[in-house]
Amino acid sequence: MAMLELRNVETFYGNIMALKGINLSINEGEIITLIGANGAGKSTTLMTICGIVPPRRGEILFLGKPIHRVEPHEIVALGVSQVPEGRRIFPLLTVTENLAMGAFLRNDGGEIARDIEYIFSLFPILKERRHQPGGTLSGGEQQMLAISRALMARPRLLLLDEPSLGLAPLIFQLIFRIIPKINRENGTTILLVEQNANMALKIAHRGYVLENGRITLEGAAESLLNNEEVKRAYLGL
Amino acid sequence: MSSGPRFDMDYFLELAIGGLTRGSIYALIALGYTMVYGIIELINFAHGEIYMIGAFTALIVASVLTMNGMTGVSVLILASVVAVLYAAAYGFTVEKIAYKPLRQAPRLSPLISAIGMSIFLQNYVLIAQTSDFLPFPNLLPVLPFMEPYSHIMGSTELIIVLTTALATAALTFFIKFTKLGKAMRATAQDRHMAMLVGVNVNRVISNTFIVGSALAAIGGVLIASHIGRINFSIGFITGIKAFTAAVLGGIGSIPGAVLGGLVLGWTESFATGYVSSDYEDVFAFCLLVLILIFRPAGILGRSSVQKV
Repeated sequence: MAMLELRNVETFYGNIMALKGINLSINEGEIITLIGANGAGKSTTLMTICGIVPPRRGEILFLGKPIHRVEPHEIVALGVSQVPEGRRIFPLLTVTENLAMGAFLRNDGGEIARDIEYIFSLFPILKERRHQPGGTLSGGEQQMLAISRALMARPRLLLLDEPSLGLAPLIFQLIFRIIPKINRENGTTILLVEQNANMALKIAHRGYVLENGRITLEGAAESLLNNEEVKRAYLGL
Repeated sequence: MSSGPRFDMDYFLELAIGGLTRGSIYALIALGYTMVYGIIELINFAHGEIYMIGAFTALIVASVLTMNGMTGVSVLILASVVAVLYAAAYGFTVEKIAYKPLRQAPRLSPLISAIGMSIFLQNYVLIAQTSDFLPFPNLLPVLPFMEPYSHIMGSTELIIVLTTALATAALTFFIKFTKLGKAMRATAQDRHMAMLVGVNVNRVISNTFIVGSALAAIGGVLIASHIGRINFSIGFITGIKAFTAAVLGGIGSIPGAVLGGLVLGWTESFATGYVSSDYEDVFAFCLLVLILIFRPAGILGRSSVQKV
């Protein structure tokens, strides 16, 4: 059974149809990437999964249970966390408070403290900044914090929206080293939305290509990397 | 000592204390405006009516208790507790009926709904009670140790100021350190992101209305005891003054609401004391206009940054 399954999902913003019948499935332990141009519906797909923009038609199953009519906070409780586009750090909360918000639904205080230490070992710069308001961090630090905040929920499925956008090369590489590490060490299933299709397909197991609200191509990451159409449209080759 | 124009220290202190007392009440009610605005960016025009309902509830409970022979501080405590619970229930219900269905609507819609709620609640109390002013007993105890200072500050003033300080401190602690308080701050900063970390935003909004209404009810009991009479329309002008205080301090900011309340209280008190009591409201709103022209975000408010 797939961990997450989207069946003919249609999402609207007012009268505008953003997702035109998406079918997608993710197995436990996979890294899946969703690539596509600006406005193809990548972020909408993630927001639809999380219940922020619920679908008008179609079904979403998480661990076999329908979640397309479930409230966003209950979807988080089931084990789905998102690192949204633009990071969306709580600007006036400190780094530690942002991390604590990530663990909002957990009640195991001691374990939360241990997870924060683990995060600080993963990103030592966040430890230095722990008393600073999130809004004062640099873009790269905010991205580390956004990923860490999502991990604090101990998600089974992690949705990442453009984690590399606007980052300096060194941070970019760090983020792309961390993503497979999270997958390997914690067994976290990952759905990665990326503009940098080349990098995304290199760390993913499988990929989907989204165009104008429709999936136009899917397959193993390697075969997509070698696909002529993908090369031309998304890899700039 | 030479003669000539003298500065009357006692008079000055009396005005300062009067302003502090008045400002405390404005602050208590302004907190409700500012918290709701911080969370859902709505000016809850029905908030003044919640305060009025708090005062009426206290009056009814106090009358019943007094009729049954109860006296003293127990009347004050029981009446306050019931008033707080009753006002909180009203605040909760108003949000559910008038604002929650309009969560996705254009911003003007809940504002109009709020004005409608305000008019409805005033008329409801008018019909259910009376249009006359009703005498309100002074429920606050007389503190003997304040007797020597009564020409400057009586027990009532002291209790009002202390209660406000205590309520503000408790609220600040709650917002800063409790889990629900953190959820409120997170929701105010980014509602969708709060949902994405598992915050039940509807519950946070309900709780904000409950806390704000409870504070307004405390304000209602205090001011009614101070002034000694209430009617159905007292929420209107006090509500607008408290709203002015919230804007003055920087709407959305909790210390701002307190500071705004005090500044407004002092402005009114000194202006009426040294200039003329006929123009009390004029001074209050002149201050608002000046702030809006020269510092639109308020004294402690941060200018809004465009979200990317």
